[in-house]
Amino acid sequence: MIRATDLRKHFRVHKRPPGLAAAVRSLWHRTYETVKAVDGISFAIARGERVGFLGPNGAGKTTTLKTLSGLLHPTSGTVEVCGHTPFRREGAFLRQITLVMGQKQQLLWDLPPADTFAMNRALYDVPVAQFDATMKELTELLDLGPLVTKPTRQLSLGERMKCELACALLHRPTTLFLDEPTIGLDVSMQLAIREFIRDYNQRHEATVILTSHYMEDVVALCPRVIVIDGGRLIHDGDLRDLIKTMHPGKLVSFTLTAPMADDELARLGAITREGNRVVVQIAEAALREAVGHLLASASVTDLSIEDPPLEVVMRALFKDGAAPATT
Amino acid sequence: MSLRSTARAVPQLLRTGLAETVAYRAEFVVWMLTTTLPLVMLGLWTSVAADGAFRGYSSPDFVAYYLAALIVRNLTGSWVVWQINDEIRRGILAMRLLRPVHPFVAYAASHVAAVPLRGLIALPVTVILLATTARDSLTHDPLQIALILPSLAGAWLLTFAFLFGLGCLAFFIDKSMALLDVYFGVFAVLSGYLIPLPMLPSWLPTVARWLPFRFMLSAPVEVITGRELGAGGAAQLVALQWGYAALILALALALWRAGVRRFEAVGG
Repeated sequence: MIRATDLRKHFRVHKRPPGLAAAVRSLWHRTYETVKAVDGISFAIARGERVGFLGPNGAGKTTTLKTLSGLLHPTSGTVEVCGHTPFRREGAFLRQITLVMGQKQQLLWDLPPADTFAMNRALYDVPVAQFDATMKELTELLDLGPLVTKPTRQLSLGERMKCELACALLHRPTTLFLDEPTIGLDVSMQLAIREFIRDYNQRHEATVILTSHYMEDVVALCPRVIVIDGGRLIHDGDLRDLIKTMHPGKLVSFTLTAPMADDELARLGAITREGNRVVVQIAEAALREAVGHLLASASVTDLSIEDPPLEVVMRALFKDGAAPATT
Repeated sequence: MSLRSTARAVPQLLRTGLAETVAYRAEFVVWMLTTTLPLVMLGLWTSVAADGAFRGYSSPDFVAYYLAALIVRNLTGSWVVWQINDEIRRGILAMRLLRPVHPFVAYAASHVAAVPLRGLIALPVTVILLATTARDSLTHDPLQIALILPSLAGAWLLTFAFLFGLGCLAFFIDKSMALLDVYFGVFAVLSGYLIPLPMLPSWLPTVARWLPFRFMLSAPVEVITGRELGAGGAAQLVALQWGYAALILALALALWRAGVRRFEAVGG
């Protein structure tokens, strides 16, 4: 169980204009500004949930994650994770959580991952039998095979990320904080990591909190999303509800086999056209009738119906600042 | 984490530390070569004392002093300040903070793990040279000889704790490594690394006797060479050294606690 109440994290940042004169002046006269990275957010997450943190760069997602994992002391407000106050970093708390940061590594650079695994086994005081069983399971799920005996520096980014995940999960944490776990990975590796995270969540009833710039990660893994912008929570709820609120209706795509005027298509809804390929945004209530009409016409082929991509929803959300009601 | 769990983790931390030391073997040898200043000073002062004792030090006395200093420096030198500074500035300290063993223990274990290898490289030649060329300038008192190991351990702990604390300044100061140059200058003079403390001019020897730097290098050298010390004096010296080590360790850990509160875990 995770609970954050009116959580705030403010940073005091030295501000200096560019140029030599400003550099010299800043020697004796420093100006500071307060950056409100997280500014009074509250939420609760139950055990076993998979929740995505969404927001533009600098929104406060990673700061929130770092505060939940105990790396940062909140400026004010309260946080409780697995019955502990994270920033105290008690052993019992640290043994229940893990934080994977796509841009930071815990594997020892010049040693094979197996050495870091052995070290983490000792640090987390994992019994040898449990360690062997977990290692076997992770090796199968992540297809680690010979990777664990190659020096970390010789692994590709994808291979290293798989080993980072294994390393982070050796002590079988029940709460996973994943900050951009698929960053820089190719599509097939992203897919493998996603499948692995879902599988781990189901096997161990682990709580997963994910931030990612790849919307596919969020769509595939997180039924619930928490949207943060400017340090404030602007949506907390079902991902599909967010999409429906921000972008009502469906996107109907088809290819025209015979000319059709834009005016005629526009009667169905907002259109985007690229040559013969047309995408129409159609309200859900009118969907059945509109699709029936299109299919009845002999000039349409390759018709598909989809939800709007999350990227589009997010762009609209952050561009307009049109925050939907928080649930 | 409980003390028992920490104690159980230490052997594996030592093994990993040793594996890392072996992996960085070229860097390791280069680092050891940077600690050869006592050999330079040895050459200088033995030629000064070639025609007779200089301020009470004969040529064999200088040999004994600087070879002992080389041993102490090799066994107690530490790079933890660079390590902490780098990890704080790049935010990768975050990974250490999430492990259920105090980072001081993890840093210390990885540094202790390097000591045997450093000893293996530095000790045989130095000890043979000491025994063959400066035997009469070394202590022969069995009690004092028994205190050599504790004084070396005390010097290691004091140096490590001091540098750990210095590394923690990166929590508070952007360019804290500049202070390392200041430290090294003060250390070189007041620890006896450059010249034996009694040879310092004017009032400096009196001040240096009571500052912690003496206990990082000169104190174990004094125990090994035994100049004007005796077993009782050596025991007092080692007791004072461990007192300093405990005090500096407490201060360094307090600095760590205050610093971690300010840690911003930048990046990522």
